[in-house]
Amino acid sequence: MSEETTLIRASSGWVALNLKDLWKYRELVYFLIWRDIKVRYKQAALGVAWAIIQPILTMLVFSTVFGKFGKLPTDNSVPYPLFTLAALLPWTLFANALQRSGTSLVGSANLITKIYFPRLIIPISSVMAGLVDFSISILILIGTMIYFKVPFTWNMLWIIPFTLLTLVTALAVGLWSSALNVRYRDVQQMIPFLVQVWMFASPVAYSAQLITDRKWQIIYGLNPLAGIIQGFRWSLLGGTPPGELMLLSSAVMLVLFIGGLYYFKRMEKTFADTV
Amino acid sequence: MMSDIAIQATNLGKRYQLGALGTNYRTLRDTIVDTFTLTTQALLRTGERTKTRAEANHFWALRGLSFDVKKGQVLGVVGRNGAGKSTLLKILSRVTEPTEGQAEIHGRVGSLLEVGTGFHPELTGRENIFLNGAILGMKRAEIAAKFDEIVAFSEVEKFIDTPVKRYSSGMYLRLAFAVAAHLEPEILVVDEVLAVGDAEFQRKCMGKMSDVAQQGRTVLFVSHNMSAILRLTQETMVLDKGQLLMRAPTQEAVDFYLSSGYSRQGERVWEADEIPMSAAPFKPIAIRVRDLRGRVVETVRSTEPFQVEFEYQLAQPLTGLRVGLYFVSPRGEPIFTSFDTDEPSQYEQHSARKAGHYFSRCSVPANLFNEGRLVLGVNASSFKIKRYFQDEQALVFSVDGTGAPGSQWAEPRQGPIRPALDWKIEVHS
Repeated sequence: MSEETTLIRASSGWVALNLKDLWKYRELVYFLIWRDIKVRYKQAALGVAWAIIQPILTMLVFSTVFGKFGKLPTDNSVPYPLFTLAALLPWTLFANALQRSGTSLVGSANLITKIYFPRLIIPISSVMAGLVDFSISILILIGTMIYFKVPFTWNMLWIIPFTLLTLVTALAVGLWSSALNVRYRDVQQMIPFLVQVWMFASPVAYSAQLITDRKWQIIYGLNPLAGIIQGFRWSLLGGTPPGELMLLSSAVMLVLFIGGLYYFKRMEKTFADTV
Repeated sequence: MMSDIAIQATNLGKRYQLGALGTNYRTLRDTIVDTFTLTTQALLRTGERTKTRAEANHFWALRGLSFDVKKGQVLGVVGRNGAGKSTLLKILSRVTEPTEGQAEIHGRVGSLLEVGTGFHPELTGRENIFLNGAILGMKRAEIAAKFDEIVAFSEVEKFIDTPVKRYSSGMYLRLAFAVAAHLEPEILVVDEVLAVGDAEFQRKCMGKMSDVAQQGRTVLFVSHNMSAILRLTQETMVLDKGQLLMRAPTQEAVDFYLSSGYSRQGERVWEADEIPMSAAPFKPIAIRVRDLRGRVVETVRSTEPFQVEFEYQLAQPLTGLRVGLYFVSPRGEPIFTSFDTDEPSQYEQHSARKAGHYFSRCSVPANLFNEGRLVLGVNASSFKIKRYFQDEQALVFSVDGTGAPGSQWAEPRQGPIRPALDWKIEVHS
């Protein structure tokens, strides 16, 4: 009989990530996502329809306000609804993940104070729960593309790595916000505001190509979402690839992610005592 | 390498920040203010001074605890409120980290720290079984294989596809326990699950627990229920104020536990660290046994009436509060329970109580108890609303049976009570 031996002691400094443990509990990620989705739509009269209504309504509002009244230019002169929908896809995935993961640890206080499992599972599953809505939005996008007669190309497969980047970025921010929120409940007050500001700082309603000043381009690229969103647009609708912007965004994302993991692991041991 | 040790703890200690107990979380402002104060202090005075202040702000819930548990052993853990039992279980089940020392654990640990953790009210019984199983560390296939068994054990077959928010509390509990009980870990850590549910449910839990013990698995069992401890364990540890007082064969440990500590001359005074935060605004002060002449005594005479006095404070007015006593045998079997507002007129008069200092006194008639030892438990609660404070072993006292009914025969009488009853003897000749 193989037997597992666990050594329990105060951990210090750089805690090993313990990926083995995370892998052992992978099914829990699945069950938590499944629970989130089940519960979210269980008592809503329109149920899963909300996942369709929301992106369509947002697209219509944006098209009317920014496209029709604001007359904002789009890249490659694609129709505005398609232009903004391609951006809303990663943006909504990111914004929802950020909102959910920020309060995820505090919301799971009853689990954390009673049962052991790798705590990383909580923010990971709340970020991943957005993937279901995201898949539905992809279907809407495909429908819109057919409507506007946009040709399908192999280039579109690029959205897979860009989606992964969105998830990693959301997780990076989620790691910070969820762990900080355990200690400082100010974070949950801050998140809605952060999401709002972040949206204006990202090319959701407008094109990143509006920014032409070199200095501002660099500052703009510090927002990892800027590269990702332009990347989404490029893979779906063509135009210039977001090379430089992407490089800068990825670097920022990497720093944010590794820092987030480190902070999370360092705070992890105190969650049960402070939450 | 296989060793025959399941748990080996060396010098385990857990320190809590005192401030962190009252307000569970800090705001950014607190941290900024604290950092500023500490820095200023450090600048103005020596670093030494700052350190003493920090030392004063925490306490050790557990310290210097070393023990081992052999494979297949069922070890009991007893101790008063705040003795460190729950902290120990939390460390062993890896919910929280020790501050110092270490524990080596051989085998998968399953904990029954609280049944039903992670149950979601909106999900059905079936869905919750899978979710809860996964949270407790079971694989999906494992849960599926045991699903029928779990449902059968819980007796909620008919409602398995109903959201658990529509369950009665009994059904909820049965289902939750059923999932946890089918976890089949090599080491099981149990805390007070038997304190809940009806008698039938408790019997079932006890049955499941002895099954687990008989299958040769290691069990660490924390309970206030001495009869359960006596029945299930061979050896028991007594904890007090975070330290190991004694480890001995269960009967010996339970005798020691029951007769030491609490029963200082028929009076028990609660210290601040024995009162949980959740008790507020109720604050227990002391419980005393007084004889006919009002003296606080450790031994009462069964032929004389005596009084049990419970002293407490209310920091705020409370409505519906009732304060009561449990009379329990040393083996943990309840004898009877009585509350200060059992009498309807008393209830009318005292159901709303102002803030203040209170004494609830209960007069116990003569010729009621048999000789022996009695355990007194206290409870302060609002029925079905909130339990403010409970201490199942508040005080232990003795009853002296000299002159009790039937004492002309020098034989022990069975049972905890020995009432003087009215006998008529008729002769028909």
